[in-house]
Amino acid sequence: MRFHSFAQSFALPLVAVMLAAAPAQAKTIKVEAGGADANEKLQEALIVAEPGDVVELGAGTWTLSDGLSLDVAGVTIRGAGTDDKGSILDFAGQQGAGEGLLVTSDDVFLTNFAVLNTKGDGIKSKGADRIVYHKLRVEWTAGPKETNGAYGIYPVESTDVLIDSVYVRGASDAGIYVGQSKNIVVRDSIAVENVAGIEIENSYDADVHDNIATRNTGGILVFDLPSLPMQGGHNVRVFDNEVNNNSTPNFAPKGNIVASVPAGTGVLIMANRNVEVFDNAFDQNGTANVMIVGYRYEHKDPKYQPLPRQIVVRDNEHGKAGYAPAFDGGAQIAAAFGGAIPPVLWDGAGENVVVLDKVGVLSLNLPDVATPRSEAKPSPADLSKGTPPAALPGIKLPESMEAKVK
Amino acid sequence: MKRVFAALSAALLCASGASGVPLPGVNQDVIDGDAMPAKLSAFGLFHAGSPRAPLARIGYTLRTPLFSDYTDKHRYISIPAGKKARVLADGVIEFPVGTVLIKSFGWPDVNEGRPVETRLLIRRAAGWVALPYIWDADGKDATLALGGRRVPVSFKSPDSEAHEIRYAVPNKNQCKECHSLNGEIVPIGPKVRNFVLDPPGSEHFRSVYFEDPAALKPTMPQWDDPKSGSVAERARAYLDVNCAHCHNPAGNASNSGLFLRWTDDPTTVNYGIGKRPTAAGRGSGGMDFAIAPGDPDHSFLIYRLESTDPGIAMPEVGRSTVHREGAALLRQWIAEMPKASH
Repeated sequence: MRFHSFAQSFALPLVAVMLAAAPAQAKTIKVEAGGADANEKLQEALIVAEPGDVVELGAGTWTLSDGLSLDVAGVTIRGAGTDDKGSILDFAGQQGAGEGLLVTSDDVFLTNFAVLNTKGDGIKSKGADRIVYHKLRVEWTAGPKETNGAYGIYPVESTDVLIDSVYVRGASDAGIYVGQSKNIVVRDSIAVENVAGIEIENSYDADVHDNIATRNTGGILVFDLPSLPMQGGHNVRVFDNEVNNNSTPNFAPKGNIVASVPAGTGVLIMANRNVEVFDNAFDQNGTANVMIVGYRYEHKDPKYQPLPRQIVVRDNEHGKAGYAPAFDGGAQIAAAFGGAIPPVLWDGAGENVVVLDKVGVLSLNLPDVATPRSEAKPSPADLSKGTPPAALPGIKLPESMEAKVK
Repeated sequence: MKRVFAALSAALLCASGASGVPLPGVNQDVIDGDAMPAKLSAFGLFHAGSPRAPLARIGYTLRTPLFSDYTDKHRYISIPAGKKARVLADGVIEFPVGTVLIKSFGWPDVNEGRPVETRLLIRRAAGWVALPYIWDADGKDATLALGGRRVPVSFKSPDSEAHEIRYAVPNKNQCKECHSLNGEIVPIGPKVRNFVLDPPGSEHFRSVYFEDPAALKPTMPQWDDPKSGSVAERARAYLDVNCAHCHNPAGNASNSGLFLRWTDDPTTVNYGIGKRPTAAGRGSGGMDFAIAPGDPDHSFLIYRLESTDPGIAMPEVGRSTVHREGAALLRQWIAEMPKASH
């Protein structure tokens, strides 16, 4: 299929026939890399695709000047691989658009290609229900730099999100970021050298499991922020992940919330309720393996709940942690504790924060989010006596989504 | 330029009426059908395929237009004979099925003033459809560019600064990124508060094509005319037109929580006052707030408007140059805000 045939005058009847015909059978639209108009040809394929179609990317590198977008439901974009011999969408010369690929339709399946060096976000999906991100590589190839784009994989305002077996490196905000969404699974993925490896923000019902979060500033973040259309984040399970060596100095542009994440953070829970952290393997997180805090910035949102509530941390393995706490006064506290603070850090505010792991907990003993951090009175705390919240049932995604990755 | 176009179109219309020579008609079947013709001429919207001579019956301008790289825009509406548009309670103009909104983009000093591209927004039975056409080199017809295109152009902005840009003709999806409300395509410009029918000939057409022509009274200021409103009012008009098509609760930037409609309360966090970045990435420019009252240099809304870096710039599509004059207005507005109010 030659998409530039639209440019020819006799294309009119052809197009008319194509559009008039019922989408009787799903088709595969093959697109090859190379050529001066590669950007246009690929974008046209994404526009003329019909529900059920597969847009197949050949092996090779697309040198793209503009962001791509997909707004047709039920389309698959399938590449020939994520490594250098696969299908590479290279945005190093990008001149426009806030992301490399934008998806705004439901039931889309993205698989087996790479998105490199976008100026803004890598792949964003907005209001795209039942999206599946699978076997993708989103990378800023020069490694951590403040000039890298913000989010690698970025679903937002969506119901039913699956992120499976992706690799994300170098995001100046979060490698995998799920925002204002519901019913989410992030699994079997690798996040390396991002500011935040994986972040679940202002979202409900998420399982984050069997991922590797390493050499980020912070490994896995569960956040809730004020003044957004969807807030009150809750019901998040973080389990069976390897979260280690998250030691990269924070390289987020200042002002963004993740710019406040101390290097050496394993899992960070801020202002959510019903969060379970269990069966993870933590090691070499210099500030803390698990940190539980309130939202401490001024806000004017009466509906916002800034405290962590109904949190349980259990059955995790704790390697070395707390030996380089990268927050104000951290070094003095570590010295007072004989060189390292305990692996679990709580700011002292919140409801029913339960830690059952057999490791130490350091509380900053801040009674509420209004008390400035300068008034912290750090001391060991025993949080094992509370009653953990009832276990969450776990996320079930529609079968149609699981079938795509089988 | 605008006047010339308007006068020309009016003259053509008059000529057709006076001489009785029928002009080639608008092809309503193509408009109403479901095809995406490869050539603009298939619609019969322009006389003899000339971009300078639209057959569209109604010309209009906007009090405050969207900035698009200093292009001159020429806007026309084709409403099928016997049908009328009407003004809804919220000031949105509802057009009948078969309507085409036509917008041509060009510069006075590029291609002798001929447009570079013409975008159609077609009201079909199933909803609005957006189609971008790029004019051919000979200027006689324009060709569908579903995938968009970068067109190199050199032009001078009103302050005589020379610009050399790769102007972005949007692809079909990008049309929708701006023209989207709850995921459906809608027109942006024709809202009563901002909508001005071209004076020549328009009186005659008002009652022919509008159910309630008296309701067509623009109320929003003209962003660059101090007589039309205060700095704050003109800044808000500018934000409404340049930002609020995405920055509203049903728009493409709904998740940002930044809402900049003319009707939004301009004192709130959701209008940007003391609002921390959300998913802004490099767009924060190392600043804490979208709008820091009294301090435009620490307001990243200004930072994003004054950037052309795709990872920073706002709006995300449709701009390869900085609108100095627009940014200056917003700077003045923020500078004049009392610092204590945040």
